[in-house]
Amino acid sequence: MRFDWNFDFKRLLPRKGLSALAASVMAIVIGLIFGYFVMLVAYPENAWQGLKCILTCGYSVNENIDIFNKNIANTFFYAIPIMMTGLAVGFAFKMGLFNIGASGQFTAGLYCAIYAGFMWQDMLPPSIHWILCILMGMLGGMIWGLIPGLFKALLNVNEVITSIMFNYIGMYLVNMLVMNNGSMYDAVRTRTRYLPVSAQIPAYGETHTSLNISLFFVVGFAIFLYIILQYTTFGYELKATGFNKYASEYAGMKGKKNMILTMVIAGAFAGLGGAFSILAPSTIPGSSMTYEPIEVIASQGFNGIAVALLGNCHPLAILFSGTFISYIQRGGTVANLIGYKPEIIDVVIGIIIYFSAFAMLMNTTAINGLHTLYQRIQNKIKRTTPPVEITKEEEANQ
Amino acid sequence: MEEYIIEMLHITKIFPGIIANDDITLQLRKGEIHALLGENGAGKSTLMSVLFGLYKAEQGEIRKNGNVVRINTPNDANSLGIGMVHQHFKLVEIFTVLQNIILGVEPSQYGFLKKQEARKKLLALSEKYGLKVDPDALIEDISVGMQQRVEILKMLYRENEILIFDEPTAVLTPQEINDLISIMKGFAAEGKSILFISHKLNEIMAVADRCTVLRKGKCIGTVNIKDTTKEELSRMMVGRDVTFRVEKEPPVLGETVLNIEQLTVPSKIHKKKNAVHDVSLEVRSGEIVCLAGIDGNGQSEFVQALTGLTGFSKGTITLCGQDITKSSIRKRSKAGMSHIPEDRHKHGLVLDYSLEKNLVLQRYWQKEFQAAGFIKRRAVRKYAEKLIRQFDVRSGEGPVTIARSMSGGNQQKAIVAREIDKEHKLLVAVQPTRGLDVGAIEYIHKQLVARRDAGTAILLVSLELDEVMDVSDRILVIYEGKIVAELDPKTTTAEELGLYMAGAKKNTEKEAV
Repeated sequence: MRFDWNFDFKRLLPRKGLSALAASVMAIVIGLIFGYFVMLVAYPENAWQGLKCILTCGYSVNENIDIFNKNIANTFFYAIPIMMTGLAVGFAFKMGLFNIGASGQFTAGLYCAIYAGFMWQDMLPPSIHWILCILMGMLGGMIWGLIPGLFKALLNVNEVITSIMFNYIGMYLVNMLVMNNGSMYDAVRTRTRYLPVSAQIPAYGETHTSLNISLFFVVGFAIFLYIILQYTTFGYELKATGFNKYASEYAGMKGKKNMILTMVIAGAFAGLGGAFSILAPSTIPGSSMTYEPIEVIASQGFNGIAVALLGNCHPLAILFSGTFISYIQRGGTVANLIGYKPEIIDVVIGIIIYFSAFAMLMNTTAINGLHTLYQRIQNKIKRTTPPVEITKEEEANQ
Repeated sequence: MEEYIIEMLHITKIFPGIIANDDITLQLRKGEIHALLGENGAGKSTLMSVLFGLYKAEQGEIRKNGNVVRINTPNDANSLGIGMVHQHFKLVEIFTVLQNIILGVEPSQYGFLKKQEARKKLLALSEKYGLKVDPDALIEDISVGMQQRVEILKMLYRENEILIFDEPTAVLTPQEINDLISIMKGFAAEGKSILFISHKLNEIMAVADRCTVLRKGKCIGTVNIKDTTKEELSRMMVGRDVTFRVEKEPPVLGETVLNIEQLTVPSKIHKKKNAVHDVSLEVRSGEIVCLAGIDGNGQSEFVQALTGLTGFSKGTITLCGQDITKSSIRKRSKAGMSHIPEDRHKHGLVLDYSLEKNLVLQRYWQKEFQAAGFIKRRAVRKYAEKLIRQFDVRSGEGPVTIARSMSGGNQQKAIVAREIDKEHKLLVAVQPTRGLDVGAIEYIHKQLVARRDAGTAILLVSLELDEVMDVSDRILVIYEGKIVAELDPKTTTAEELGLYMAGAKKNTEKEAV
């Protein structure tokens, strides 16, 4: 049999998408291995058990079929906000903006959503009240994205710095506003009161989980972003600016306008994430999700950065990376049962972010190395195999 | 058996997807000036990088004085006495000349620098070879020619005996080039061996003893300069005959297309100085006006102000009777301005975009390519295929090739194609042939002349004397931000032009004489 030595290695491997996928998978594997070592150091006896837990508890704790479903549903439920913040970070990243302020936008959106939920419940028919709350959440996020965008575009203030500041401003402002509002805040329980049912997003099928129809919205938004980036002139300009802002300026693109617009859209997505997470229906009838005004910046924003990086900023890939991060987070909470703090999962995620950031680079190098090696072997074989034999075989075949 | 100081035998260097050097043999005699000639992407720089320890070859060996040596890092090269002046100087801008020269080989005692010793050695070298420098001047304050001297002194300070010059004349004035040539000859006479990378045939004919020609990664041959001609060298390099003269009819002048009045652009570096000072000019339909000058005399700032990339403090710009002084870049483009930018990587291309996306960079918003904000991908593809065919833009995968992976010449061709095919009345071409090989230069010059004959007004900004003399119909010389002369290429010599460019001569003085 004759092997086709002219087979082009390059065509198979470094296709952009495939190479990005390989990079992400590599980052995940390295992250898990590191996580395993951390667990080994922390609590050696249960390390293997712990790793297993992280990897499998996202879908099953025991054979009970109900819990199986619940975990799957919860994985998706907790994925919703980080997918949204992931889209917010990833989208801005395509323009070359590092939207580290997704947390602030998330919190701003969350506040606007519950404000509409508490204060405007009598103004609208219950069937559309929750829609208004979602839209308000979007608006809140937009405003919180707009401000760093304006600063960046008009005054050339680095968006990283402004958006970090706006994370804090957003968090403290929301805490203040919530605590000063008696109809929202329950001072005894130090959290918001239960939202009216009309403000809650309709649940999806299952009643024993908080999973709701906003998951479909998220998928819709991701497809929407994908279309914008891939098929529209706005996406063309946006990516051109992200790749090379001088060339986009040379081509007469309105960089400032696009920059502001990008931050507003990114803010809208993070704000929606906030709205989706607080407006989700509760599993206990008569209650709802609540917000505790504590002085910590919403972690969903930072997890969004991880999701975006792991998904290579591709809107559709972000759906998967968001689900994955949420999945191992579920596992992490269960790892609690065998003696690990859930923080272990933050360590693993941290390492995954770290590696996904430069796994792209390693990946290309690895593939190039593989390719060179392949060519060398090919050269050697060419030299050692007498070409005559091949021709003979060919003749025989004919 | 001949004695060679350096031999590179059967060097093969493979990059993924391309064989940059394919079984190349280069032998350098002691005390000779050996030119390495080849088109862009022929593998000259790769070969020199292998010699200098920046790349490792897959196959082949390097010998010094007949003994096989291993060069894995530039430090290995240095300890073998190999020095290199890179095309883009590797100097620390905020260090002084002396600090730059001793960088990496600082003479020290107990951890303290022994600067006096270094200074003495430097001054002795500078005296001996006639390379005058001020040891205490900061690099950012001295001219490009002076910076090159620093690079050369750096090699001499390290007592290198094999000197590699990577396109050393690209940044110099004609006078400076002559100086450099005599310096190089002096080195050779002293027994130092020189490898001289260039694609300028005139210089090779003037300075080299032998010449090795590369084409597409392969060694075409080594010839004695005495026994060859410019035509033969260029045929070896390109693989076909090349015309050096740009053939063109006398211009047919039409109406004024571009009119600039007293344009003044403040300098970015020195806040109080003007980079461009009171420049007025006009370009008429059907002529090529060349703005000639040495790099850094305000051309870049002038073009950026003209094309809208930067603002300016004073002056008016009129394009086809329309005042575009304050117009946005897009409006200028719509008014009929095409711009081949100076830096094709910074401005001209989005390197991570595919070729087809780059080809519509100036037109994606037009009705032809978008409907309701959605890009008509099929139209873009079809248009890209047309341009690629028409302008012979070569790439690995056609329209979907990522621009970054294309060779410099083809990247430039893509930009030229895009700007020429766009509807325009004025073409601003800034160094359109920079870094290109003769084949591509010939092609681009032909395109410029064809556009001129079709009635386009062309403003060409160039640093290359040959280009200025051959292509233009009218020459404006810019020196320190001012137009110092208007010359007719038919009645001016290259030497005279060089004097104007170097600021040694001004029109006013000429009148006085």
